[in-house]
Amino acid sequence: MSESAVAQAATAAADPAAGDPLLQVDDLKVHFPVTEGLLKRQVGTIKAVDGVSFKLARGETFSLVGESGCGKSTTALAVLRMQTVTAGRILFEGVDVTHHSAARMRPIRRRMQMVYQDPFGSLNPRMKVSAIIGEPLVIHGLAGDREAHRARIRELMALVGLLPDMADRYPHEFSGGQRQRIGIARSLALDPSLLVCDEPVSALDVSIQAQVVNLMMDLQRRLGLTYLFIAHDLSVVRHISNRVAVMYLGRIVEIADRDVLFNAPKHPYTEALLAAVPVANPEIEANRAQQIIKGEVPSVRNPPSGCHFHPRCVHAMPRCRVESPALRPRDDGRLIACHLYD
Amino acid sequence: MSEAIAASGAPALLRVENLSVRFRTDRGMVRAVDGVSLHVHAGETLAIVGESGSGKSVTALSLLRLIGDNGEIEQGRILFDGVDLGRLSGAEMRKVRGNRIAMIFQEPMSSLNPVLTIGKQVAEPLVLHQGLSWQAARKRAVELLARVSIPDPVDRLDSYPHHFSGGMRQRVMIAMALACDPKLIIADEPTTALDVTVQAQILALLKALTRETGAAQILITHDLGVVARYADRVAVMYGGRVIESASARELYANPKHPYTQGLMASVPSLDSDPGRPLQTIPGQPPDLANLPPGCAFAPRCAYARDLCRQGKPPLESIGPQHERACYGYE
Ligand SMILES: Nc1ncnc2c1ncn2[C@@H]1O[C@H](COP(=O)(O)OP(=O)(O)O)[C@@H](O)[C@H]1O
Ligand SMILES: Nc1ncnc2c1ncn2[C@@H]1O[C@H](COP(=O)(O)OP(=O)(O)O)[C@@H](O)[C@H]1O
Ligand SMILES: [Mg+2]
Ligand SMILES: [Mg+2]
Repeated sequence: MSESAVAQAATAAADPAAGDPLLQVDDLKVHFPVTEGLLKRQVGTIKAVDGVSFKLARGETFSLVGESGCGKSTTALAVLRMQTVTAGRILFEGVDVTHHSAARMRPIRRRMQMVYQDPFGSLNPRMKVSAIIGEPLVIHGLAGDREAHRARIRELMALVGLLPDMADRYPHEFSGGQRQRIGIARSLALDPSLLVCDEPVSALDVSIQAQVVNLMMDLQRRLGLTYLFIAHDLSVVRHISNRVAVMYLGRIVEIADRDVLFNAPKHPYTEALLAAVPVANPEIEANRAQQIIKGEVPSVRNPPSGCHFHPRCVHAMPRCRVESPALRPRDDGRLIACHLYD
Repeated sequence: MSEAIAASGAPALLRVENLSVRFRTDRGMVRAVDGVSLHVHAGETLAIVGESGSGKSVTALSLLRLIGDNGEIEQGRILFDGVDLGRLSGAEMRKVRGNRIAMIFQEPMSSLNPVLTIGKQVAEPLVLHQGLSWQAARKRAVELLARVSIPDPVDRLDSYPHHFSGGMRQRVMIAMALACDPKLIIADEPTTALDVTVQAQILALLKALTRETGAAQILITHDLGVVARYADRVAVMYGGRVIESASARELYANPKHPYTQGLMASVPSLDSDPGRPLQTIPGQPPDLANLPPGCAFAPRCAYARDLCRQGKPPLESIGPQHERACYGYE
């Protein structure tokens, strides 16, 4: 079997809603050249995303987790076609959009929207809240007459819990949590089916984070949204996700249902990652074996041979140094890329 | 651990009494710290938790008189190892800083000089404060870097800060903190910028080092998981005040301030019930330039009464080693 055929077999087995996924990503690669000097001579390649495959069922929350630099944001941007794809396929609502031109992407982009980490950075400071929320409608020529446009903005604001009298204010007048509500309202303006959420609550204080997490879960139920969710806070990921993919240096090492993954992580990296997260309960912490993983994530410019994780892995075997493990389905429905389980 | 230390009756290494700090800003006077009292014993880790802007960093910085020209310590006493720090001259205070009390910040890059080698930066304080020769200081620097588990410390002496990862820079900061055998280490969000596996390494290192040397640690964080794993005792801050303090176990098992209760309930945890709506605290954190006259939490508190909107409740003992600033709702 070719590598991509293996990847495809793997995604098929992990498909929670066989048949009709909203999004399907097959063997996605996003590579960046490393250049040097004035002539921009290429001296290497950053394989930011290196053969990633997954599917999103309609209405689910699928999360990407892993330490910074492992390729989460690049994957998200590639899915939205905001990042050039080096290889692989992206199917959205059954259509292969991998090589769509900007013009052909336009109607599709309405159906897939992004929610950013820093709501302030992504909002134009000189625009009123109503203009920010309504802008996507204007850009796509869907604003309609003035009254209809204003009614839609009011509706969107109500949807995310903003009061009508906030429409004429500017972003700086709002707290972080409210700005994230503005960002979410804007991303909902075009009635998308997929929201790609890159660290949407990471910049918020915990009490505010809870409000936004609840809002997102509530909107998902009410609007039937599908989320591709990225966060480094694994407690939030566990709370909000149906399924979770763990990434390490551009590759997925494990995909499983939320409970399967958090209750019994199998890939040695998933295990190490979960062990590193402290639980907000001193009794549990006092009785937890504190096996702390050694070393740091190596440079993506020069990743280790074979399984990228082998230099830090307590179970590494000679084979791991030379052979990169494929992401393969296991009996319990999860996918693991690890020679221990072959 | 904290119970044992407190029961031994030894005086606290650090005792802060009724500390208030204010800043002149273009929005007027801002009281960032308002009557804070704390103590830490030798060998103990005290966590200060609270959301951003609650006054955690200003509390820590004012212990070392590092609050800048627009800031002023309005009142309060800071007793450290029997000495009233408020009575020290600027020169005496400089000796305490980085010598008896070391501070580690969130962003090590801001404390490291980008154009000096790591070896020079670790060795320099040893030459200046401890009178070591440069040669001896370099040797000691290698020992210190090894102690914080920096690989190949001899080779790393000639590297510059930008050659190090965020986690390795934080290890360098810890090595520099340890250089003078401090009695108190203040770590202000030391791992907030780091990945979770590196965070675990750094916090475990700090804990092990304080255990070995018997130094006390003040760990400032907003992460209730970090507190649960590493702290012996906890002080919760809100709106510039300590609103509750207790041993870590007691605080999590038995939070008594409505804000602490709300905070505990609003964090999803790896052992909580997923999928269900999280409990939330309504409203927004307070604006220190515009605080309500009474309890700063009253506008968000389900139990608030008229009394709460009029006066600020003092921090009072409500059980063994458990204090709370609340007029009560029971
Ligand atoms: N435009 C780019 N050019 C070069 N390298 C990039 C670019 N975008 C991302 N990278 C690199 O790709 C890797 C993955 O980055 P990213 O997807 O942002 O990771 P994550 O979101 O998981 O933190 C990183 O090493 C990053 O430096
Ligand atoms: N140098 C300063 N000048 C003016 N205001 C300040 C200064 N430092 C801190 N503050 C204010 O004091 C308050 C508390 O800040 P800080 O102690 O840094 O909060 P925390 O560390 O809990 O996030 C904030 O509202 C902040 O704006
Ligand atoms: Mg990212
Ligand atoms: Mg701070």
